[in-house]
Amino acid sequence: MKLIFEKSKEGRTAFSLPKLDVPEVKIELENELLRKEEPNLPQVNELEVVRHYNELERKNHSVDSGFYPLGSCTMKYNPMLNEEMANLFNNIHPYLDEEQVQGALELMYNLQKYLGEITGMDAVTLQPAAGAHGELTGMLIVRKYIEDNGYTNKTKVILPDSAHGTNPASAKMAGFDVVEVKSGSDGRVDLEEFKKVMDDSVAAIMLTNPNTLGLFEKDILEIARLAHEHNALLYYDGANLNAIMGKVRPGDMGFDIVHLNLHKTFSTPHGMGGPGSGPVGVKEKLKDYLPKPIVDINEDGKYFFNYDIPKSCGRLRTFYGNFSVMVRAYTYILMMGKEGLKFASEMAVLNANYLRKKLEKEFDIAYDEICKHEFVIDGSFLKEYGVKTLDFAKRLLDYGIHPPTIYFPLIVHEAMMIEPTETESKEELDRFVEVMHKILEEAKTDPEILKGAPRNTPVRRLNETIANKQLKLRG
Amino acid sequence: MKRFPYIPHTEEDIKEMMNVIGIDDIKELYKDVPKLFEGELNISESKSEIEVKRELLELSNRNANLEDYAMFRGAGIYKHYVPSAVYQLATKRNFLTAYTPYQAEVSQGTLQALYEFQTAICELTGMEVANSSMYDGGTAVAEAILMASRVNKKHKSLVAKSIHPEYIEVSRTYTESQGLEIELINYDEKTGRIDLEDLKDKIDENTSSVVISYPNFFGVIENIKRIKEVLPEKVLLIVNAYPIALGLLEAPGKLGADIVVGEGQSLGNYMSFGGPTFGFFASKQKYIRQMPGRIIGETVDADGKRGFVMVLQTREQHIRRAKATSNICSNHALMAVIASVYLSIIGREGLKEIAYQNYQKAHYLAEKLIETEKFDPVFEGEFFNEFVIKPKFDLDKFNEKLLEEKFIGPLNLGRFFDDMKNYGLFCTTELNTKEEIDYLISKVGEIDEINL
Repeated sequence: MKLIFEKSKEGRTAFSLPKLDVPEVKIELENELLRKEEPNLPQVNELEVVRHYNELERKNHSVDSGFYPLGSCTMKYNPMLNEEMANLFNNIHPYLDEEQVQGALELMYNLQKYLGEITGMDAVTLQPAAGAHGELTGMLIVRKYIEDNGYTNKTKVILPDSAHGTNPASAKMAGFDVVEVKSGSDGRVDLEEFKKVMDDSVAAIMLTNPNTLGLFEKDILEIARLAHEHNALLYYDGANLNAIMGKVRPGDMGFDIVHLNLHKTFSTPHGMGGPGSGPVGVKEKLKDYLPKPIVDINEDGKYFFNYDIPKSCGRLRTFYGNFSVMVRAYTYILMMGKEGLKFASEMAVLNANYLRKKLEKEFDIAYDEICKHEFVIDGSFLKEYGVKTLDFAKRLLDYGIHPPTIYFPLIVHEAMMIEPTETESKEELDRFVEVMHKILEEAKTDPEILKGAPRNTPVRRLNETIANKQLKLRG
Repeated sequence: MKRFPYIPHTEEDIKEMMNVIGIDDIKELYKDVPKLFEGELNISESKSEIEVKRELLELSNRNANLEDYAMFRGAGIYKHYVPSAVYQLATKRNFLTAYTPYQAEVSQGTLQALYEFQTAICELTGMEVANSSMYDGGTAVAEAILMASRVNKKHKSLVAKSIHPEYIEVSRTYTESQGLEIELINYDEKTGRIDLEDLKDKIDENTSSVVISYPNFFGVIENIKRIKEVLPEKVLLIVNAYPIALGLLEAPGKLGADIVVGEGQSLGNYMSFGGPTFGFFASKQKYIRQMPGRIIGETVDADGKRGFVMVLQTREQHIRRAKATSNICSNHALMAVIASVYLSIIGREGLKEIAYQNYQKAHYLAEKLIETEKFDPVFEGEFFNEFVIKPKFDLDKFNEKLLEEKFIGPLNLGRFFDDMKNYGLFCTTELNTKEEIDYLISKVGEIDEINL
């Protein structure tokens, strides 16, 4: 379809402004600073814009349009109420006096408390704009901690080979060397391998638990003990928190720092890849290193931004974080309450195990045991039919289902990571199972159907090689 | 069993599903967890939609809703007009509740919208390539400094003291741990522009980049061309631009900028207490492989039909892991699409007109304020829609008085600069009417009477 720029026609407009009502002055700017050529923005009328974006919208799969079992991304339903509540707070400027934003500050203060409670942490910052941003924040807190304690030899961060790619990238951005520890045959961190790389030069260990295979790190208490024995900090990647709310708290397991993804666990919309929000929680001993400001309350019951964090790791973004995402998460927490959050986790795990069980006969489940909220299929077996996981995924599109995450985690060949979330019904899961089996049957009898998929989508399979070779990045 | 509107499971469903799994109790799903949380979270019990709505309404009522206020404050976040169609289109549920376009065939809406966004940003900035957004203006500046360092392998950035103070803080946080150095460049106290002599003095063989804002934090318009002229060839010029001003000001790309970034909030995004907004990021094509963030490219499908995909992913963290250009994964795609819709609606003429009105209204206000003789002018440099003047009275008290009339007065620069206590940073946009500007000026006239 045409770009909006290609629909442009000189003289059309979708915009009007009141006539300038102040006396005009001559613009006094050096000639070179005056724009000579206007930016070539579209000239279209309002109906054209409306039709254009309506057409684009129809070309998207979303949670609202169908099943989205994208492992590790936690594509749960985003309640309508969240949006309405967020809109109540659209018109606040960040540099108003605190007096004028007491409602917003109270909301932030409460959210800090709730997230601390859910994770078992003592203090929380809401500043980071996304999960990876939270990771960077966490790693910079680690950096301040080791500097402050004089641990000059601590240069390394350990993470498992199943970790999200953002983990090593964030550790590197904070100036650490990354050491990968191999997973054992049971899909967990191999304790013996871990001991080999664990020494006093380690500043932190980054883990997600349950891990990206959907498995709980059973040895977590021992890992925490070893970490702390070497004065290293244990970092919790909260991408998979949706499996454990109200069931187990990272803080109780020995984690010192966590980041959360409000857009995953707390039902704020993913918005095509952002905005997210990645609050970071820490144990008491790390409170002084949080980014500033955090929201606090004084003796008179007034909320304020506390900038008095002398050892702070700095500021990670302008203003206070993704406030309207916070409103959505706060709304969700109030709606669910303590029992609802716990129930959500239980149902997310129930759904994942139900799917795993339903699929295990015909599909090769990478680690076929009780999982948490996601599990991984090893698609290598598809090779005997001459197809790959990619082909299988593309065929799912023809049935109106967004494929699972594919080719991640890296330690499973031809991986397909499935995360149904708690908001899908048994009927929807049954339908998914049916489609999975149907496609498998197609793979066996007519693999060309898979290789030629998708067919029922707005475009057929897209050529990524051409896109990368002949870079065309703008219209 | 309590019912939750977002969870579909009936008791019967749960039983059937447990049967399939071969368990009798949900607890068995957690039997491998060594330390279960036995208590109850210290959070209230679940509430109904009616109760939650009441609670949030009550909270929101304790904020100033700037819809009802005359706004004379900017400093990085601006109250501009958002046309009705912008949110109704950009926040449709298939945009709002979609994820990163990992499966391009069912994400053409996202991909094309972001491709159009990249196109619009290139047009605005006069640059060759753009990514599909950063978290905000501050992180965009910080990442630009890191990118410049990857390009020329040098490790010092000269940052104008006159960029947004919080951007400087963010840049320090981002660069310090990577062994990069940030040195501040003074502004000329007379003009408010960057002090070119100070800049020249501080450039050495380690200098990787120079960062300026256009207009700067004081609202003063820097002369990019003259700055570029004093830079050695290998030093990259990073320009943080206010996008609305680019309807009037020459595109930074035409004046020698190597990387152009900025805060995109003004392009159709609400103020939302400062977030989410988005950062835009554009550069010369030759630096593309060092660019952070997600980039969308055009391609064809199996039938030769036009389509869009994510490109150059080998720079990104999910492929390159520790060797990625940046750890940024989720960006602010929705905000970028809001901007894209906004720019499509206002179009070429709209942007020009908005910029023109912003300029005119600010100049009218500045002139009238100076005429009251209750302010001293501060900088001689030309400004766009924001300017600094120094009142001969207590600015905070004046702002308090204004507030009673539902006027948000200027930012007191003492918040950020010790040597600018009681200096006011005023801002106007197309939303300020002559009537409210005149009223503000009349309030200045009453100052003796209100005895500040």
